[in-house]
Amino acid sequence: MTSPAGAFRSAVSIRDDVVHGRRSAREVIEETLARIDRLEPRVDAFLAVDRAGALARAAEIDAEVTAGRAQGRLLGVPVAVKDNICVRGLPATCASRILAGYHPPFSAHAVERVLAEGGVVIGKTNCDEFGMGSSTENSAYKPTRNPHDLERVPGGSSGGSAAAVAAGMVPLSLGSDTGGSIRQPASLCGVIGFKPTFGAVSRFGLVAFASSLDQIGPLGASLLDVATLASVIAGPDARDSTALPRPAPDFVAALSPSLEGVRIGVHRDYVEDVADAAVRALIGRALETLREAGARIVHLDGVDLLSRYAVPAYYLVANSEASSNLARFDGLRYGPGAGAPDLLSTYTATRGRLFGEEVKRRILLGTFALSSGYHDAYYLKALRVRRLFIEAFQEAFRNVDFIAGATSPIPAFALGEKIDDPVTMYQCDVLTIPASLAGLPAVSVPCGRTPQGLPVGLQIIGPALADARVLSCAFAFEQRSGLMGTLAPLAEEVA
Amino acid sequence: MTAPRAAPDLEPVIGLEVHVQLATRSKLFCACRNEYGAAPNAHVCPVCTGQPGVLPVLNEQALSLGLSAALALGCEVPASTKFDRKNYFYPDLPKGYQISQYDRPLGLGGAVELAGDGGATRRVGVARVHLEEDAGKTLHPPGENYSLVDLNRAGVPLLEIVSAPDLRSPEEAHRYLVALKRTLRYARVSECDMEKGSLRCDANVSLRARGSSALNARVEIKNLNSFRNVERALAHDIARQTTLLAAGEAVLQETRMWREEEECTAPLRSKEEEHDYRYFPEPDLPEFAIPPELVERLRAGLPEMPAARLERYIGRLGLPAETAAALAADWEVADYYERCLAAGGVPARAVASFVLGAVLQEANARHVSVSGVNIPPASLAEVARLVEAGALSHQAARKVLAEIAASGQSAAQAVASLGLEQVSDRAQLAVAVDAALAAAPVAVAQYRAGKQNALNALVGAVMKATRGKADPKLARQLLLERLGA
Repeated sequence: MTSPAGAFRSAVSIRDDVVHGRRSAREVIEETLARIDRLEPRVDAFLAVDRAGALARAAEIDAEVTAGRAQGRLLGVPVAVKDNICVRGLPATCASRILAGYHPPFSAHAVERVLAEGGVVIGKTNCDEFGMGSSTENSAYKPTRNPHDLERVPGGSSGGSAAAVAAGMVPLSLGSDTGGSIRQPASLCGVIGFKPTFGAVSRFGLVAFASSLDQIGPLGASLLDVATLASVIAGPDARDSTALPRPAPDFVAALSPSLEGVRIGVHRDYVEDVADAAVRALIGRALETLREAGARIVHLDGVDLLSRYAVPAYYLVANSEASSNLARFDGLRYGPGAGAPDLLSTYTATRGRLFGEEVKRRILLGTFALSSGYHDAYYLKALRVRRLFIEAFQEAFRNVDFIAGATSPIPAFALGEKIDDPVTMYQCDVLTIPASLAGLPAVSVPCGRTPQGLPVGLQIIGPALADARVLSCAFAFEQRSGLMGTLAPLAEEVA
Repeated sequence: MTAPRAAPDLEPVIGLEVHVQLATRSKLFCACRNEYGAAPNAHVCPVCTGQPGVLPVLNEQALSLGLSAALALGCEVPASTKFDRKNYFYPDLPKGYQISQYDRPLGLGGAVELAGDGGATRRVGVARVHLEEDAGKTLHPPGENYSLVDLNRAGVPLLEIVSAPDLRSPEEAHRYLVALKRTLRYARVSECDMEKGSLRCDANVSLRARGSSALNARVEIKNLNSFRNVERALAHDIARQTTLLAAGEAVLQETRMWREEEECTAPLRSKEEEHDYRYFPEPDLPEFAIPPELVERLRAGLPEMPAARLERYIGRLGLPAETAAALAADWEVADYYERCLAAGGVPARAVASFVLGAVLQEANARHVSVSGVNIPPASLAEVARLVEAGALSHQAARKVLAEIAASGQSAAQAVASLGLEQVSDRAQLAVAVDAALAAAPVAVAQYRAGKQNALNALVGAVMKATRGKADPKLARQLLLERLGA
C-alpha cells in the first residue's frame, strides 16, 4: 500500500485525532477554511461556505471531547454538501436563480445522519442547476473548474463536491446521482464517487430532479472514508416511502483487500467501445489489476446490455419526472419570483426568467413526453425499456459478481467545449445511466491519469443491494492501484 | 321553480362526481391536522406547502377510511394500488401537481340503492372510488388587486366517488346524493357537510334519444354548493340542451358553472381549453399491496348499513315504514334510538316518537347533531316509561325532556322540579272536569247533539286548566261519566 500524498488528510485520521484529543476540531476546521480561502478562488467549488456555523460546531465538539463525551464516526470531519441537499440554516439554491435566497427549514436525512455522527457541514457545493448537466457549467452562478486542469470542467452535476475533494479542501462531500452525477465528476476529478442502490439512502431533503432515479451518495479520496460516510447516511427513513426498510450493513466492516473467487464481468460497451483511447488503455490496465488481485475476468459479450438505448430512455424518464418535480417553482411561496400583473404572466415571467436554458429544455421535453397523445409512445415506452435494463443486468449478474469498465467515455473536457451541444453533453453519461435506470449500486474509483494528466475512473457496478460488496471490490482495487488519497497537483501546492 | 323537462323523445344521462373529505386526524401525506375553520395557514408544514426536498408519506387512517367507504358502497377492492400525479398549475396547488389515483383506484364497481316508489329499489352504479389530496383555497378579496392563499386544506384526504351515468333525472340525482351521503356517514368516513366543504359535487349531463345507448356531448357543471342546487342546475341545463337540440343546434362538450343568483349555468371552459393533466405514476410512493386481513377487518367493522337497519326496524321492531325511514336516515339518530331501546322496558314505537319529536327538535333548535343533544338515552327511556305508565302526559314529557337537556337533571329530578307528576286522582281531577263543563255549554250541547269532536275540546280544556298535568285518559273518562254517556 502506497502512503498517501502530502496534502491528503483522510476523514478517518481526522476523526481519530479529534476523538483522542490529538487535534481540536477547531484546528481542523480552521485549517479547512484556510485551504478553502486559498484554493476556492481558483476552483469555485462552493456556492456558500458556513464559516461561523462550522467554527461554532467545532467549539461544541471540542467541549464534548473535553467533557469526555465525544463520539461519532465523523467527529470533527468537515463535509461539503451539494447545494440541492437541504441543510437547515444554509441556503439551498440548487445552483438556480429561482431558489436564490431560499433557506430550507429542515435538513436532509443524510445531513442529519452526518451531524449525528459529529460531522461538520463546511458549506454548499456548486452543481449543474437542479442536477441537470454533466459539467457544472449549467450552474446559474458560476462554473467550477477541474482542480487537475483549471481550464477543464470537473464533470457534473456534482462537480463542486468532486472538485472540493480533489483540491483537498474537504476529505468528504455529499453529492447526488440521477444518471451519473456522482460517478462522472468523481471520474473526471480523480476521486471516488459512490451511488448506492436506489432506496439505500433516504431522499428526504434532496431537491428532486427525477424521483425514481435520484440518489444521495458520498465522494471522497479514500475508499475507507467513502465507505464510512456511506455507512453513516444509509438506512431506513420513515419520511421516504422509497427508502429500503432494513438497516444498512456496516460497509466499513465489509471491506476486504481480497478478490479471490470474485468474478468480474467485462462488456465491450464499457471497455473496447469506449470513445477515448487513453481511457480505454487505463481501463484495460485496471482490469488487469483486478485480475492480479485474484478476480476472474468474465467476458459478457453474449449479453446485450442495451447501452445504445440508455441515453434516450433516461432522458424520457428523467425529464418527464423533472417536468412535474419542478412545477412547484412558481415564485409564489419561496424564491425571488417575478411580479407580474396577472397569474399566467407571473408564472411565465418567474419560470421563463429564473430557470436556466438546460432546465427549461428538459421541462419542455418532459412535458411533451407526458402529453396526451404522446404519453404511450414516449413515457410508457421508456418505462418498458427501463424494465429491459433491469432484466439485462439480472441476466448478466447470474454469471458474474460485478461489471467493471469505464465511468466516463472521455476524460475532463475543456470549459465551454460542449455547452452549446446538449446531445454531445448527454453522451457523457452513457456509461453511468444504465446502473441508474436499473437502480443498481455503482462506484467510480480512480485508475490513473491520461498522458495529459487527466484522471480516469474505473466504474464497478453490482447487483441491487450489493452496496457493501461493490465498495469492498473498489477497496481491493484501490489497495492494489496505489492511488489512495491522490489529490490534484494543485492541492499539494498548499499542502 | 318550474323545472323544464327534456322533450318526451329525449332522456337525460346524468353522472355525478362527488368529493368527500375523509374524517382523519391528520392530512393525507403529512402530520398536519385535518381541521376545518382554523386561522388561515395554521395547519401547514414543509410537506403540504410543497417545499423543495420533501416527500409524501401515506396516512394509513386515510387509506382505511377510503377502503371502508369503498366496501360500504359495495366496491371491489384491488389486491394492490398506487398513486399518480395530476399536473396543473394553480396558486392553491403548492407542488404544481395533485397526488391522486388514475388507473388503479381503491374501489371499482359499487352501487348505491335508491328507494323507489312502492318499495322498489333502483341500483345506481358507482364506477370508481379513489383517494387524492385536496388543494388549498384561493380567496379573492373584493375590490383588491391581489389574491390570498390558505393552505390549511391543502393535503386533506379526499375520496372521489364517480357514479356510473345511470341517473335519469335531476330528482334521481338528488336522491342518489342523499343515499350516498347516508351511506358514507353510516360508514363513519366523512361528515359529508356541504356547508363546510366536506362534500362537494360536480354533475355531468347529456341528452340522448330515449332507448338509445349512445353517449352525446357531455356538459360538466361545477360550483354546486347544495343538493338542491345540483337538482336545479341539472334541470336548467337539461332545458338548455333540449332547446338547443330542438333548434337543430349542437350541444358543445364543455365545463359550465352554476350561477346561483341568476339560476342558470354559464360556460367556464370549452373542450379545447381542458387541461392536459399529464398523469404519470407518483415516483415518491411505490405501488403497495392492500392486505386482505385489513380489508376483512374493515369489512367486519362496518356498522349495519341503512337498508338493513330499515328492514330490521320495520320487520323486527314493527315500526311504521315512515317512522323507520326517518330513524334510519342518519346514523346518529339511529344509534341514539338504539341506545334508548337498550335502556330497556319501553316499546320501540313510543321511544321512536320521542326521538323523532323532542330530541330532533332540541337538536335543530340548538343547531347540533343528535349526538350533541344533552339528553342521555337512559333518561329518554325513563321519560317514555313514565308516559307509558300513565304517570306523565305527552305534553308534560316534552317539558321534562327540555328541562333535562337544559339542566342536566335526571328524569325523576326534572319531573319533580317542574311539579309535573300527572294528576291521576279522580277527586282532584273532578273539580277541573266540572269547571270545564260549566265554562263550555256550547260544546256540551254540540256533544249531546252527536258531535263526537266536541269531547276533544272539553278534554283540552281540562288539560289547560291543569297545565297539562291531568291524565288525559282519566279526564276523558270523567267527562263521559258527567255527560251521561
